[in-house]
Amino acid sequence: MHAPDGFLNAGTAVATGALSLGTVTMALRHAKQHLQDRLIPLAGITAAFVFAAQMFNFPVAAGTTGHLLGGALAAILLGPSVGVVVVTIVVVTQALAFADGGLTALGYNVFNMAVIPAYGGYAAFRMFRRWFPPTTGGVVGAAGLAAWSSVVMSSIAFSIEWLFGATAPIPFDDVLFAMVGVHVLIGVGEGVITSLAIGAVLVSRSDLVFGASDLDRTQLADTRVQTRTFVIGGALVAMVFATVVSQFAVNNPDGLERVAEDTGISSTATGHALADSLFADYATTGISNESLSLAVAGVVGILVTLAVVAGVLLAVRDNRGRDPAHSRR
Amino acid sequence: MCRRDIGIGSDLIMSARVVVSGLQFAYPDGRVALRGVDLEVEAGERVAVLGPNGAGKTTLALHLNGIQQPDAGSVSVGGLPVTEEHLPEIRRRVGLVFQDSNDQLFMPNVGEDVAFGPANLGFSGLELEQRVTDALAAVGGGDLISRPSHHLSGGERRRAALATVLAMEPDVLVFDEPSSDLDGAGRRELVATLAPLEMTQLIITHDLPLALELCPRAVIMRHGRVVADGATRGLFLDANLMAENRLELPFGFKLETTPKR
Amino acid sequence: MGAGHSHALYIHEHSPIHRMAPEAKLVAAFAVVTAVAVTPRQALWAFGLYAFGVAGLVAAARVPPRFLALRLLAIAPFVLFAFFIPFIAGGDTTEIGGVSLSVDGLWGMWNILAKATLGASVSIILTATTEIAEIIRGLGVLRVPAIFTAIATFMIRYLELIVDELGRMRVAMAARGYDPRWLSQARPIASAAGALFVRSYERGERVHAAMLSRGFTGTMPALDHRAARPREWGAVALIATCAAVISALALISS
Repeated sequence: MHAPDGFLNAGTAVATGALSLGTVTMALRHAKQHLQDRLIPLAGITAAFVFAAQMFNFPVAAGTTGHLLGGALAAILLGPSVGVVVVTIVVVTQALAFADGGLTALGYNVFNMAVIPAYGGYAAFRMFRRWFPPTTGGVVGAAGLAAWSSVVMSSIAFSIEWLFGATAPIPFDDVLFAMVGVHVLIGVGEGVITSLAIGAVLVSRSDLVFGASDLDRTQLADTRVQTRTFVIGGALVAMVFATVVSQFAVNNPDGLERVAEDTGISSTATGHALADSLFADYATTGISNESLSLAVAGVVGILVTLAVVAGVLLAVRDNRGRDPAHSRR
Repeated sequence: MCRRDIGIGSDLIMSARVVVSGLQFAYPDGRVALRGVDLEVEAGERVAVLGPNGAGKTTLALHLNGIQQPDAGSVSVGGLPVTEEHLPEIRRRVGLVFQDSNDQLFMPNVGEDVAFGPANLGFSGLELEQRVTDALAAVGGGDLISRPSHHLSGGERRRAALATVLAMEPDVLVFDEPSSDLDGAGRRELVATLAPLEMTQLIITHDLPLALELCPRAVIMRHGRVVADGATRGLFLDANLMAENRLELPFGFKLETTPKR
Repeated sequence: MGAGHSHALYIHEHSPIHRMAPEAKLVAAFAVVTAVAVTPRQALWAFGLYAFGVAGLVAAARVPPRFLALRLLAIAPFVLFAFFIPFIAGGDTTEIGGVSLSVDGLWGMWNILAKATLGASVSIILTATTEIAEIIRGLGVLRVPAIFTAIATFMIRYLELIVDELGRMRVAMAARGYDPRWLSQARPIASAAGALFVRSYERGERVHAAMLSRGFTGTMPALDHRAARPREWGAVALIATCAAVISALALISS
């Protein structure tokens, strides 16, 4: 997802660049308040860890592999401010020193791969934690769901950026369908790896998990991951996939069918059937499809924005009330 | 090596007296590391700190320059108490050489690492350059100056790490397992580098022959206390003491035939 | 993203571009890529000139063309995506070789291809002629906050160590016959990642102690480095102006 130059137009690059600059500058200030003179070595080495973790693949299915984004993981482990700073530095260094991602694409690359997953993922984490008991198992479940959400949020953000800044005339809803649909599935990998990794850290050094700092010893000892987690998780995935994705599949079959004709890929027959029953009313005129997709874009965009803003506010609030975890000088 | 060669910039090599008194410390997780440590090291003395793992040796070292503050007791270096207000000067006086050299070499190249300490003391420009050159010369590492830290061999890393500390011209040197990642030649170089240094030295080590070679005096720590303190050779000849503290001379090592320093 | 990150993109040479101060190269790179990015896609002549200019820089930097081509593979996924655009885009169509393609889509494909390739080439020239530590130092000269560059410097310093540790963990697991194919078998990998985080964090704490021991109080000391000479800024101005003029003309005439 390290987009190259020219992928989105200049206005989008500048707008996302300004947003990224603003949020990261603020995050840097909070991170400094939080860790003080420990910031440079701890953030530096954790950035190296995230960089390294992104390089290696984990299995997804039948021998295929995927890569970790790490934004939610960093935010849950180190807190959202330090998390954002760490992942931003990884993305910026990858562009400048490893030629991975366009120099003019830094605005939206940082926004989509650092700001959104870290702040949005952290907000999602705090929300999901309320659904589970305050135990290690609960934290692990919430972390997994939050990491999955962060990937989906990132793909939604990218799709909205495409809406405003596309340099090629592919309809927005096609992009939304493809991006979000794919990332709803990819996100499962991120969710599983994140939850297991956080579980592993909690078992050996629970004091290193920012997102679990409210748990006491007995709560930490409770490692049961309730079936509730899997039920909620699976239901969420299925629900989002069914509603958002198939709704657009039915409303805009042209593009997909054309791809299917030209390249011989079989069409999403099941998608049509399900969507027909759910959204039969909307399968008619072109005009209402257009405004519907924009309306959904608006709602979804607002939700993602709310998540990021919530993440930022949580970061500010956490910063005020927090004591440094270690009393060493 | 003659004394002027390792003068590190000045002919006046200061060394300081270290006094540890009643030191007690427990980590935040409850683990008690020091249970009342008393130790006095005269200026210019070289003392080995021995003992089984978990005895509190590293924790003691971290108290000598104020990285850790004790729950009870006190430390003073050259008469200056190790308290919050004196930390900058204490950290100038006490040089800590860590067990893992990688922890100490955190700058992009060796030259910058060696410059880090004196730069924090306020040195800059030509004076800073001179300190760096002198410190590297003292460890025989002049060629390391622009090498990136992660491309060094174990021995080179050791020398560079020592240079980063020598550049501050400390009065006391504390080593935590200095020979742990060195091969035979590396060990010999280490001894050759350390032997002429005149500042007070505390050497935490499991390497008993090294302790014997460099340090006339040794203390043994166990369970957060000093349980023995005396001439190194004498301690090694006390078989019961050695066994109690899980100390063993290497196979084939004959104390009787080892030349006295 | 891929496993190629940790490999050195830097080519050890002594070209005039190698010798330039990093802050000068960064400014030139950003100027050129920005000019390319704002150029309207129909101005084919402009892209021709850019390509010519970039080729010149490649030669001046003594970057082997094969090296450049290999590194450009990093944008392959987006190139592939670009190729699909004429097939799935809307709007007026035209017939090429019996296949109906969107005209706007063809232009969109060209736009991405041209800008991505030129942009990536400039990035590759930058990384091939400038060591990573120098790039970060250049950012500092350009007023990027010292905390930011310090964290990045530490990241680079410890990256290889951590990658090595992760590699060793995987070898150890493979040696015990671990060959996961499904996500559900990913537990040991995730546990390894968790353990690696703890080890990395603990190293970070030790590095902090080492920093404090040498007088660190929260701000990195300023270490001298060679500033860019006026001649280098002159070269930057020349390169940037050429690119700016081309893009301005293209914008005006579109």
